[in-house]
Amino acid sequence: MHSHEPGYRMPETAATAGLRRRQTADRVMPVLVALLALCAWEGIVRWRGLPAYILPAPSLIARTLVTDWDTLWPAWLITLKITVLALLASVVGGVGLAFLFTLNRWIERSLFPFAIILQVTPIIAIAPLILIYAPNTLSALLLCAWIVAFFPVLSNTVTGLRSADRNLQDLFTLYGATRWQRLRLLLAPSALPYFLAGLRIAGGLSLIGAVIAEFTAGTAGQESGLAWRILEASFRLNVARMFAALALISVTGIAIFLALNILTRKLIGHWHESQLPERR
Amino acid sequence: MGPQAAPLIEIRDAALSYPNGTVALEGVNLSVGQHEFLSLVGPSGCGKSTLLRLIAGLMAPSAGSVATVSGSTGDVPEIGFVFQEPTLMPWARVFDNVHLPLRLKGLSPAEARPQVEQALEMVGLSDFRHAYPRELSGGMKMRVSIARALVTRPTLLLMDEPFAALDDMTRHRLNDDLLELWSGQHWTVVFVTHSIYEAVYLSNRVAVMAARPGRIVADLHVAPPCPRDREYRLSAAYSAHCRAVTDALARAGVPDA
Repeated sequence: MHSHEPGYRMPETAATAGLRRRQTADRVMPVLVALLALCAWEGIVRWRGLPAYILPAPSLIARTLVTDWDTLWPAWLITLKITVLALLASVVGGVGLAFLFTLNRWIERSLFPFAIILQVTPIIAIAPLILIYAPNTLSALLLCAWIVAFFPVLSNTVTGLRSADRNLQDLFTLYGATRWQRLRLLLAPSALPYFLAGLRIAGGLSLIGAVIAEFTAGTAGQESGLAWRILEASFRLNVARMFAALALISVTGIAIFLALNILTRKLIGHWHESQLPERR
Repeated sequence: MGPQAAPLIEIRDAALSYPNGTVALEGVNLSVGQHEFLSLVGPSGCGKSTLLRLIAGLMAPSAGSVATVSGSTGDVPEIGFVFQEPTLMPWARVFDNVHLPLRLKGLSPAEARPQVEQALEMVGLSDFRHAYPRELSGGMKMRVSIARALVTRPTLLLMDEPFAALDDMTRHRLNDDLLELWSGQHWTVVFVTHSIYEAVYLSNRVAVMAARPGRIVADLHVAPPCPRDREYRLSAAYSAHCRAVTDALARAGVPDA
Protein backbone atom coordinates (compact mmCIF):
# COMPACT_ATOMS: atom_id res chain seq x y z
CA MET A 1 0.00 0.00 0.00
CA HIS A 2 1.12 3.48 -0.79
CA SER A 3 4.82 4.10 -0.49
CA HIS A 4 5.48 1.29 1.93
CA GLU A 5 7.16 -1.78 0.51
CA PRO A 6 6.14 -5.17 1.86
CA GLY A 7 9.80 -5.85 2.70
CA TYR A 8 9.79 -4.26 6.10
CA ARG A 9 12.91 -6.09 7.35
CA MET A 10 15.91 -3.81 7.73
CA PRO A 11 18.23 -4.25 4.79
CA GLU A 12 22.00 -4.51 5.35
CA THR A 13 23.29 -0.95 5.17
CA ALA A 14 26.31 0.96 6.38
CA ALA A 15 24.32 1.69 9.55
CA THR A 16 23.56 -1.93 10.33
CA ALA A 17 27.13 -2.93 9.51
CA GLY A 18 28.29 -0.29 11.98
CA LEU A 19 25.86 -1.65 14.53
CA ARG A 20 27.29 -5.14 14.09
CA ARG A 21 30.82 -3.77 14.57
CA ARG A 22 29.71 -2.09 17.81
CA GLN A 23 28.15 -5.34 19.02
CA THR A 24 31.40 -7.23 18.36
CA ALA A 25 33.33 -4.53 20.21
CA ASP A 26 30.87 -4.87 23.10
CA ARG A 27 31.93 -8.50 23.47
CA VAL A 28 35.65 -8.16 22.81
CA MET A 29 36.41 -5.16 25.00
CA PRO A 30 35.47 -6.65 28.41
CA VAL A 31 37.44 -9.82 27.63
CA LEU A 32 40.48 -7.74 26.71
CA VAL A 33 40.23 -5.69 29.91
CA ALA A 34 39.92 -8.86 32.01
CA LEU A 35 42.98 -10.43 30.33
CA LEU A 36 45.01 -7.26 30.92
CA ALA A 37 44.03 -7.17 34.59
CA LEU A 38 44.98 -10.84 35.05
CA CYS A 39 48.36 -10.24 33.40
CA ALA A 40 49.00 -7.24 35.65
CA TRP A 41 48.02 -9.30 38.71
CA GLU A 42 50.32 -12.15 37.69
CA GLY A 43 53.13 -9.67 36.99
CA ILE A 44 52.85 -7.90 40.35
CA VAL A 45 52.79 -11.17 42.32
CA ARG A 46 55.90 -12.46 40.52
CA TRP A 47 57.77 -9.16 40.57
CA ARG A 48 57.17 -8.53 44.31
CA GLY A 49 57.54 -12.24 45.11
CA LEU A 50 54.29 -12.25 47.15
CA PRO A 51 53.66 -15.52 49.02
CA ALA A 52 50.54 -17.48 48.09
CA TYR A 53 48.93 -17.01 51.53
CA ILE A 54 48.92 -13.24 50.96
CA LEU A 55 48.04 -13.06 47.29
CA PRO A 56 48.11 -16.08 45.00
CA ALA A 57 48.87 -15.48 41.32
CA PRO A 58 46.11 -16.22 38.78
CA SER A 59 48.19 -19.11 37.46
CA LEU A 60 48.25 -20.69 40.94
CA ILE A 61 44.49 -20.18 41.30
CA ALA A 62 43.98 -21.90 37.96
CA ARG A 63 46.19 -24.79 39.09
CA THR A 64 44.25 -25.00 42.38
CA LEU A 65 41.03 -25.23 40.39
CA VAL A 66 42.43 -28.35 38.71
CA THR A 67 44.09 -29.99 41.73
CA ASP A 68 41.18 -29.29 44.12
CA TRP A 69 38.53 -30.11 41.55
CA ASP A 70 37.36 -33.18 43.49
CA THR A 71 36.50 -30.93 46.46
CA LEU A 72 35.24 -27.95 44.50
CA TRP A 73 33.07 -29.73 41.92
CA PRO A 74 30.58 -31.35 44.37
CA ALA A 75 30.47 -28.11 46.35
CA TRP A 76 29.75 -26.19 43.16
CA LEU A 77 26.91 -28.57 42.29
CA ILE A 78 25.34 -27.98 45.69
CA THR A 79 25.52 -24.20 45.45
CA LEU A 80 24.18 -24.41 41.92
CA LYS A 81 21.35 -26.67 43.00
CA ILE A 82 20.29 -24.31 45.81
CA THR A 83 20.55 -21.27 43.55
CA VAL A 84 18.53 -22.76 40.71
CA LEU A 85 15.88 -24.25 43.01
CA ALA A 86 15.56 -20.93 44.86
CA LEU A 87 15.20 -19.08 41.57
CA LEU A 88 12.52 -21.49 40.36
CA ALA A 89 10.75 -21.20 43.70
CA SER A 90 10.82 -17.41 43.51
CA VAL A 91 9.30 -17.54 40.02
CA VAL A 92 6.52 -19.84 41.20
CA GLY A 93 6.00 -17.93 44.47
CA GLY A 94 6.43 -14.45 43.01
CA VAL A 95 4.23 -14.95 39.95
CA GLY A 96 1.65 -16.98 41.87
CA LEU A 97 1.31 -14.32 44.55
CA ALA A 98 1.22 -11.57 41.91
CA PHE A 99 -1.70 -13.27 40.13
CA LEU A 100 -3.49 -13.69 43.45
CA PHE A 101 -2.91 -10.02 44.26
CA THR A 102 -4.38 -8.88 40.94
CA LEU A 103 -7.38 -11.14 41.31
CA ASN A 104 -8.26 -9.76 44.68
CA ARG A 105 -7.26 -6.47 46.29
CA TRP A 106 -8.05 -7.82 49.75
CA ILE A 107 -5.54 -10.62 49.42
CA GLU A 108 -2.98 -8.04 48.34
CA ARG A 109 -3.75 -5.72 51.25
CA SER A 110 -3.47 -8.53 53.76
CA LEU A 111 -0.35 -10.21 52.40
CA PHE A 112 1.78 -7.52 50.76
CA PRO A 113 3.02 -6.02 54.07
CA PHE A 114 4.45 -9.43 55.02
CA ALA A 115 6.23 -9.70 51.71
CA ILE A 116 7.76 -6.28 52.42
CA ILE A 117 8.76 -7.29 55.98
CA LEU A 118 10.52 -10.37 54.56
CA GLN A 119 12.24 -8.17 52.01
CA VAL A 120 13.49 -5.44 54.36
CA THR A 121 14.69 -7.70 57.20
CA PRO A 122 18.33 -8.64 56.46
CA ILE A 123 18.47 -12.32 55.61
CA ILE A 124 21.67 -12.72 57.60
CA ALA A 125 19.61 -11.93 60.72
CA ILE A 126 16.81 -14.38 59.91
CA ALA A 127 19.01 -17.23 58.69
CA PRO A 128 20.08 -18.59 62.12
CA LEU A 129 16.42 -18.83 63.12
CA ILE A 130 15.48 -20.59 59.93
CA LEU A 131 18.31 -23.06 60.55
CA ILE A 132 16.81 -23.91 63.91
CA TYR A 133 13.27 -24.50 62.68
CA ALA A 134 13.74 -25.92 59.19
CA PRO A 135 13.53 -29.75 59.01
CA ASN A 136 16.92 -30.09 57.30
CA THR A 137 19.82 -27.95 56.11
CA LEU A 138 18.92 -28.11 52.44
CA SER A 139 15.41 -26.78 53.00
CA ALA A 140 16.81 -24.08 55.31
CA LEU A 141 19.28 -22.95 52.65
CA LEU A 142 16.55 -22.99 50.02
CA LEU A 143 14.20 -20.97 52.18
CA CYS A 144 16.89 -18.32 52.85
CA ALA A 145 17.75 -17.99 49.16
CA TRP A 146 14.06 -17.85 48.26
CA ILE A 147 13.31 -15.06 50.76
CA VAL A 148 16.06 -12.95 49.20
CA ALA A 149 15.09 -13.66 45.60
CA PHE A 150 11.31 -13.76 45.35
CA PHE A 151 10.50 -10.13 46.10
CA PRO A 152 11.67 -8.52 42.83
CA VAL A 153 9.69 -11.14 40.90
CA LEU A 154 6.58 -10.46 42.95
CA SER A 155 6.80 -6.69 42.92
CA ASN A 156 7.69 -6.42 39.23
CA THR A 157 4.99 -8.85 38.15
CA VAL A 158 2.38 -6.97 40.18
CA THR A 159 3.45 -3.70 38.53
CA GLY A 160 3.42 -5.39 35.12
CA LEU A 161 -0.04 -6.85 35.56
CA ARG A 162 -1.31 -3.36 36.42
CA SER A 163 0.41 -1.71 33.46
CA ALA A 164 -1.78 -3.07 30.71
CA ASP A 165 -2.92 -0.37 28.28
CA ARG A 166 -6.17 1.23 29.48
CA ASN A 167 -7.68 1.39 26.02
CA LEU A 168 -6.90 -2.27 25.42
CA GLN A 169 -8.59 -2.98 28.74
CA ASP A 170 -11.67 -1.13 27.44
CA LEU A 171 -11.52 -3.08 24.21
CA PHE A 172 -11.53 -6.36 26.14
CA THR A 173 -14.54 -5.10 28.12
CA LEU A 174 -16.32 -4.04 24.93
CA TYR A 175 -15.93 -7.50 23.39
CA GLY A 176 -17.05 -9.22 26.59
CA ALA A 177 -13.74 -10.91 27.42
CA THR A 178 -13.80 -13.38 30.29
CA ARG A 179 -11.50 -12.92 33.25
CA TRP A 180 -9.31 -15.74 32.04
CA GLN A 181 -9.07 -14.30 28.50
CA ARG A 182 -8.11 -10.93 29.93
CA LEU A 183 -5.43 -12.50 32.11
CA ARG A 184 -3.97 -14.69 29.38
CA LEU A 185 -4.24 -12.43 26.34
CA LEU A 186 -3.70 -8.99 27.86
CA LEU A 187 -2.39 -8.92 31.43
CA ALA A 188 0.19 -11.70 31.15
CA PRO A 189 1.85 -10.43 27.94
CA SER A 190 1.84 -6.85 29.31
CA ALA A 191 3.50 -8.09 32.51
CA LEU A 192 6.09 -10.25 30.77
CA PRO A 193 8.78 -7.55 30.28
CA TYR A 194 8.38 -6.45 33.91
CA PHE A 195 8.53 -10.05 35.12
CA LEU A 196 11.71 -10.67 33.12
CA ALA A 197 13.35 -7.56 34.59
CA GLY A 198 12.48 -8.87 38.05
CA LEU A 199 13.74 -12.33 37.14
CA ARG A 200 17.15 -10.95 36.15
CA ILE A 201 17.46 -9.29 39.56
CA ALA A 202 16.21 -12.46 41.27
CA GLY A 203 18.84 -14.52 39.40
CA GLY A 204 21.68 -12.62 41.06
CA LEU A 205 19.88 -12.48 44.40
CA SER A 206 19.23 -16.22 44.55
CA LEU A 207 22.99 -16.83 44.25
CA ILE A 208 23.68 -14.23 46.95
CA GLY A 209 20.98 -15.78 49.13
CA ALA A 210 22.43 -19.26 48.65
CA VAL A 211 25.95 -18.09 49.57
CA ILE A 212 24.79 -16.15 52.64
CA ALA A 213 22.74 -19.12 53.81
CA GLU A 214 25.71 -21.46 53.39
CA PHE A 215 27.95 -19.13 55.37
CA THR A 216 25.40 -19.04 58.17
CA ALA A 217 24.73 -22.77 58.10
CA GLY A 218 28.46 -23.34 58.41
CA THR A 219 29.44 -26.82 59.54
CA ALA A 220 25.85 -27.74 60.22
CA GLY A 221 25.61 -29.29 56.78
CA GLN A 222 27.27 -32.47 55.61
CA GLU A 223 26.48 -31.29 52.11
CA SER A 224 28.58 -28.15 51.90
CA GLY A 225 28.56 -25.73 49.02
CA LEU A 226 31.17 -23.35 47.65
CA ALA A 227 30.62 -20.74 50.37
CA TRP A 228 31.46 -23.25 53.04
CA ARG A 229 34.57 -24.28 51.05
CA ILE A 230 35.68 -20.63 51.13
CA LEU A 231 35.26 -20.44 54.91
CA GLU A 232 37.03 -23.77 55.37
CA ALA A 233 39.92 -22.70 53.14
CA SER A 234 40.26 -19.42 55.03
CA PHE A 235 40.63 -21.31 58.34
CA ARG A 236 43.49 -23.21 56.71
CA LEU A 237 44.96 -20.07 55.14
CA ASN A 238 44.53 -21.75 51.74
CA VAL A 239 44.00 -18.43 49.94
CA ALA A 240 44.38 -19.93 46.49
CA ARG A 241 41.46 -22.24 47.11
CA MET A 242 39.42 -19.32 48.42
CA PHE A 243 40.01 -17.53 45.15
CA ALA A 244 39.27 -20.66 43.14
CA ALA A 245 35.91 -21.14 44.87
CA LEU A 246 35.20 -17.43 44.47
CA ALA A 247 35.94 -17.69 40.75
CA LEU A 248 33.41 -20.52 40.45
CA ILE A 249 30.77 -18.45 42.26
CA SER A 250 31.41 -15.54 39.89
CA VAL A 251 31.19 -17.82 36.87
CA THR A 252 27.86 -19.09 38.19
CA GLY A 253 26.56 -15.54 38.59
CA ILE A 254 27.69 -14.57 35.09
CA ALA A 255 26.16 -17.72 33.61
CA ILE A 256 22.81 -17.01 35.27
CA PHE A 257 22.89 -13.42 34.04
CA LEU A 258 23.68 -14.46 30.47
CA ALA A 259 21.08 -17.24 30.50
CA LEU A 260 18.38 -14.85 31.69
CA ASN A 261 19.38 -12.27 29.07
CA ILE A 262 19.05 -14.90 26.36
CA LEU A 263 15.68 -15.93 27.76
CA THR A 264 14.56 -12.28 27.75
CA ARG A 265 15.58 -11.85 24.13
CA LYS A 266 13.82 -15.09 23.16
CA LEU A 267 10.56 -14.10 24.84
CA ILE A 268 10.20 -10.38 24.11
CA GLY A 269 13.05 -9.59 21.70
CA HIS A 270 10.69 -9.32 18.73
CA TRP A 271 8.47 -6.62 20.16
CA HIS A 272 9.60 -4.88 23.34
CA GLU A 273 11.25 -1.46 23.19
CA SER A 274 13.99 -2.47 25.64
CA GLN A 275 15.22 -5.09 23.19
CA LEU A 276 15.50 -2.90 20.11
CA PRO A 277 18.94 -1.93 18.83
CA GLU A 278 20.09 1.55 19.77
CA ARG A 279 19.51 4.26 17.20
CA ARG A 280 22.27 6.67 16.24
CA MET B 1 -32.45 9.03 6.50
CA GLY B 2 -33.15 11.22 9.50
CA PRO B 3 -33.00 10.19 13.13
CA GLN B 4 -36.74 9.62 13.12
CA ALA B 5 -36.26 6.51 10.97
CA ALA B 6 -35.45 3.75 13.48
CA PRO B 7 -32.84 5.34 15.74
CA LEU B 8 -29.87 3.17 16.55
CA ILE B 9 -28.74 5.33 19.44
CA GLU B 10 -31.21 7.07 21.71
CA ILE B 11 -29.81 9.32 24.42
CA ARG B 12 -32.27 11.07 26.75
CA ASP B 13 -31.27 13.69 29.28
CA ALA B 14 -28.02 11.93 29.93
CA ALA B 15 -25.73 13.39 32.57
CA LEU B 16 -22.46 12.21 33.97
CA SER B 17 -20.85 13.58 37.07
CA TYR B 18 -17.87 12.22 38.92
CA PRO B 19 -17.74 11.58 42.67
CA ASN B 20 -15.47 14.64 43.06
CA GLY B 21 -18.30 16.85 41.77
CA THR B 22 -17.01 17.44 38.25
CA VAL B 23 -19.88 17.49 35.80
CA ALA B 24 -18.64 15.93 32.55
CA LEU B 25 -21.98 15.90 30.72
CA GLU B 26 -25.35 17.46 31.36
CA GLY B 27 -28.73 17.26 29.64
CA VAL B 28 -27.52 15.46 26.54
CA ASN B 29 -30.23 14.48 24.08
CA LEU B 30 -29.20 12.76 20.91
CA SER B 31 -30.76 10.32 18.55
CA VAL B 32 -28.75 8.75 15.78
CA GLY B 33 -30.37 6.84 12.94
CA GLN B 34 -29.22 3.89 10.85
CA HIS B 35 -26.45 4.65 8.39
CA GLU B 36 -25.82 8.13 9.67
CA PHE B 37 -22.34 9.56 9.86
CA LEU B 38 -22.40 11.82 12.89
CA SER B 39 -19.44 13.85 14.10
CA LEU B 40 -19.11 15.22 17.61
CA VAL B 41 -17.10 18.43 17.49
CA GLY B 42 -16.00 20.56 20.38
CA PRO B 43 -13.09 21.93 22.36
CA SER B 44 -11.02 19.59 24.48
CA GLY B 45 -12.68 18.85 27.79
CA CYS B 46 -16.23 19.17 26.43
CA GLY B 47 -16.94 15.52 27.13
CA LYS B 48 -17.11 14.25 23.56
CA SER B 49 -14.94 11.21 24.32
CA THR B 50 -16.98 10.60 27.46
CA LEU B 51 -20.18 10.66 25.41
CA LEU B 52 -18.64 8.10 23.05
CA ARG B 53 -17.75 5.86 25.99
CA LEU B 54 -21.33 6.13 27.23
CA ILE B 55 -22.62 5.03 23.83
CA ALA B 56 -20.14 2.13 23.83
CA GLY B 57 -21.44 1.05 27.21
CA LEU B 58 -18.01 1.43 28.79
CA MET B 59 -19.56 3.86 31.29
CA ALA B 60 -23.07 4.33 32.62
CA PRO B 61 -24.75 7.77 32.83
CA SER B 62 -25.36 9.08 36.33
CA ALA B 63 -28.77 10.35 35.16
CA GLY B 64 -30.92 9.88 32.07
CA SER B 65 -30.59 7.01 29.65
CA VAL B 66 -28.36 5.84 26.83
CA ALA B 67 -29.74 3.08 24.66
CA THR B 68 -28.38 1.41 21.56
CA VAL B 69 -30.80 -0.78 19.70
CA SER B 70 -30.31 -2.52 16.41
CA GLY B 71 -33.32 -1.62 14.24
CA SER B 72 -33.85 -4.96 12.58
CA THR B 73 -33.33 -7.38 15.46
CA GLY B 74 -33.89 -5.20 18.52
CA ASP B 75 -30.63 -6.53 19.95
CA VAL B 76 -27.66 -4.55 21.14
CA PRO B 77 -25.80 -3.69 17.94
CA GLU B 78 -22.33 -5.04 17.27
CA ILE B 79 -19.98 -2.19 18.12
CA GLY B 80 -16.55 -1.39 16.70
CA PHE B 81 -14.38 1.08 18.59
CA VAL B 82 -11.36 2.99 17.29
CA PHE B 83 -9.24 4.92 19.77
CA GLN B 84 -7.10 7.99 19.23
CA GLU B 85 -4.02 5.80 19.57
CA PRO B 86 -3.83 2.67 17.43
CA THR B 87 -3.93 0.69 20.72
CA LEU B 88 -2.46 -2.47 19.23
CA MET B 89 -0.94 -5.30 21.22
CA PRO B 90 2.79 -4.83 20.52
CA TRP B 91 3.54 -8.52 21.12
CA ALA B 92 1.06 -9.71 18.50
CA ARG B 93 1.38 -9.70 14.71
CA VAL B 94 -1.06 -7.69 12.59
CA PHE B 95 -3.18 -10.78 11.92
CA ASP B 96 -3.47 -11.62 15.61
CA ASN B 97 -4.31 -8.02 16.49
CA VAL B 98 -7.16 -7.99 14.00
CA HIS B 99 -8.21 -11.47 15.10
CA LEU B 100 -8.56 -10.34 18.74
CA PRO B 101 -12.29 -9.41 18.82
CA LEU B 102 -13.23 -12.71 17.18
CA ARG B 103 -10.86 -14.63 19.44
CA LEU B 104 -12.59 -13.12 22.47
CA LYS B 105 -15.84 -14.44 21.01
CA GLY B 106 -14.31 -17.91 20.83
CA LEU B 107 -13.28 -18.15 17.16
CA SER B 108 -9.99 -19.91 16.47
CA PRO B 109 -7.55 -18.37 13.95
CA ALA B 110 -8.63 -20.92 11.34
CA GLU B 111 -12.33 -20.16 11.83
CA ALA B 112 -11.74 -16.41 11.85
CA ARG B 113 -9.30 -16.34 8.94
CA PRO B 114 -11.77 -15.36 6.16
CA GLN B 115 -13.14 -12.47 8.21
CA VAL B 116 -9.70 -11.29 9.33
CA GLU B 117 -8.34 -11.45 5.79
CA GLN B 118 -11.34 -9.51 4.52
CA ALA B 119 -10.89 -6.80 7.14
CA LEU B 120 -7.18 -6.53 6.29
CA GLU B 121 -8.05 -6.27 2.61
CA MET B 122 -10.55 -3.48 3.33
CA VAL B 123 -7.79 -1.36 4.84
CA GLY B 124 -5.19 -2.46 2.28
CA LEU B 125 -2.85 -4.26 4.64
CA SER B 126 -3.09 -7.86 3.43
CA ASP B 127 0.66 -7.95 2.74
CA PHE B 128 1.45 -6.99 6.32
CA ARG B 129 -0.43 -9.71 8.16
CA HIS B 130 2.79 -11.12 9.62
CA ALA B 131 4.34 -7.79 10.63
CA TYR B 132 4.61 -6.57 14.19
CA PRO B 133 3.06 -3.17 15.03
CA ARG B 134 6.47 -1.57 15.59
CA GLU B 135 7.38 -2.31 11.99
CA LEU B 136 4.48 -0.17 10.72
CA SER B 137 4.08 3.57 10.19
CA GLY B 138 1.56 5.59 12.21
CA GLY B 139 -1.00 5.56 9.40
CA MET B 140 -0.64 1.82 8.90
CA LYS B 141 -1.08 1.15 12.63
CA MET B 142 -4.30 3.18 12.48
CA ARG B 143 -5.47 1.06 9.54
CA VAL B 144 -4.84 -2.09 11.58
CA SER B 145 -6.87 -0.53 14.39
CA ILE B 146 -9.72 0.17 11.95
CA ALA B 147 -9.52 -3.36 10.53
CA ARG B 148 -9.80 -4.70 14.08
CA ALA B 149 -12.93 -2.59 14.65
CA LEU B 150 -14.44 -3.80 11.37
CA VAL B 151 -13.64 -7.49 11.74
CA THR B 152 -16.80 -8.26 13.72
CA ARG B 153 -18.88 -6.57 10.96
CA PRO B 154 -20.29 -4.00 13.38
CA THR B 155 -23.44 -2.01 12.74
CA LEU B 156 -22.14 0.83 14.88
CA LEU B 157 -18.63 2.20 14.52
CA LEU B 158 -17.42 4.54 17.27
CA MET B 159 -14.27 6.53 16.55
CA ASP B 160 -12.49 8.69 19.11
CA GLU B 161 -10.30 11.22 17.25
CA PRO B 162 -8.77 8.35 15.30
CA PHE B 163 -6.69 10.48 12.93
CA ALA B 164 -5.68 13.28 15.30
CA ALA B 165 -2.09 12.12 15.59
CA LEU B 166 -1.51 11.72 11.85
CA ASP B 167 -0.09 14.15 9.32
CA ASP B 168 -2.55 15.93 7.01
CA MET B 169 -1.76 13.85 3.94
CA THR B 170 -2.25 10.54 5.71
CA ARG B 171 -5.32 11.91 7.43
CA HIS B 172 -6.96 13.00 4.16
CA ARG B 173 -6.26 9.64 2.59
CA LEU B 174 -7.70 7.78 5.58
CA ASN B 175 -10.73 10.14 5.55
CA ASP B 176 -11.45 9.15 1.94
CA ASP B 177 -10.84 5.47 2.64
CA LEU B 178 -13.19 5.58 5.60
CA LEU B 179 -15.91 7.28 3.54
CA GLU B 180 -15.53 4.69 0.82
CA LEU B 181 -15.86 1.85 3.33
CA TRP B 182 -18.82 3.55 4.98
CA SER B 183 -20.76 4.14 1.76
CA GLY B 184 -20.36 0.48 0.80
CA GLN B 185 -21.61 -0.83 4.15
CA HIS B 186 -24.59 -0.21 6.34
CA TRP B 187 -22.93 1.02 9.46
CA THR B 188 -23.67 3.99 11.59
CA VAL B 189 -20.60 6.02 12.50
CA VAL B 190 -20.14 8.33 15.47
CA PHE B 191 -16.90 10.19 14.95
CA VAL B 192 -15.29 12.36 17.61
CA THR B 193 -12.92 15.04 16.36
CA HIS B 194 -11.72 18.50 17.28
CA SER B 195 -11.26 19.40 13.63
CA ILE B 196 -14.19 21.28 12.12
CA TYR B 197 -12.87 20.60 8.63
CA GLU B 198 -12.63 16.88 9.18
CA ALA B 199 -16.11 16.77 10.74
CA VAL B 200 -17.72 18.63 7.84
CA TYR B 201 -15.88 16.60 5.22
CA LEU B 202 -16.85 13.24 6.66
CA SER B 203 -20.30 13.63 8.14
CA ASN B 204 -23.84 14.16 7.09
CA ARG B 205 -24.55 15.46 10.55
CA VAL B 206 -22.40 17.45 12.98
CA ALA B 207 -23.21 17.81 16.68
CA VAL B 208 -21.40 20.77 18.23
CA MET B 209 -20.49 20.48 21.91
CA ALA B 210 -19.45 23.01 24.53
CA ALA B 211 -17.59 22.52 27.78
CA ARG B 212 -18.28 23.03 31.50
CA PRO B 213 -20.62 21.32 31.65
CA GLY B 214 -20.31 19.21 28.51
CA ARG B 215 -23.44 19.56 26.41
CA ILE B 216 -24.66 19.60 22.81
CA VAL B 217 -25.25 23.19 21.62
CA ALA B 218 -26.01 22.66 17.96
CA ASP B 219 -27.05 19.81 15.71
CA LEU B 220 -26.31 20.62 12.07
CA HIS B 221 -27.28 18.59 9.04
CA VAL B 222 -24.80 18.94 6.25
CA ALA B 223 -25.50 17.47 2.85
CA PRO B 224 -22.21 16.56 1.27
CA PRO B 225 -21.93 15.16 -2.23
CA CYS B 226 -21.36 11.46 -2.50
CA PRO B 227 -18.71 10.44 -3.33
CA ARG B 228 -16.67 13.41 -2.17
CA ASP B 229 -13.48 14.35 -3.91
CA ARG B 230 -10.68 16.87 -3.59
CA GLU B 231 -12.88 19.53 -5.20
CA TYR B 232 -15.33 19.31 -2.33
CA ARG B 233 -12.66 20.52 0.10
CA LEU B 234 -12.37 23.67 -2.00
CA SER B 235 -16.07 24.18 -2.76
CA ALA B 236 -18.28 27.00 -1.52
CA ALA B 237 -20.72 24.51 0.04
CA TYR B 238 -17.90 22.99 2.11
CA SER B 239 -16.78 26.44 3.30
CA ALA B 240 -20.36 27.36 4.19
CA HIS B 241 -20.76 24.22 6.31
CA CYS B 242 -17.45 24.87 8.05
CA ARG B 243 -18.57 28.43 8.67
CA ALA B 244 -21.85 27.23 10.19
CA VAL B 245 -20.05 24.89 12.58
CA THR B 246 -17.51 27.57 13.50
CA ASP B 247 -20.34 30.02 14.22
CA ALA B 248 -22.11 27.45 16.40
CA LEU B 249 -18.90 26.95 18.37
CA ALA B 250 -18.46 30.72 18.71
CA ARG B 251 -22.03 31.15 19.95
CA ALA B 252 -21.30 28.51 22.56
CA GLY B 253 -18.46 30.69 23.78
CA VAL B 254 -15.65 28.72 22.27
CA PRO B 255 -12.98 30.86 20.65
CA ASP B 256 -11.75 29.50 17.32
CA ALA B 257 -11.49 25.78 18.00
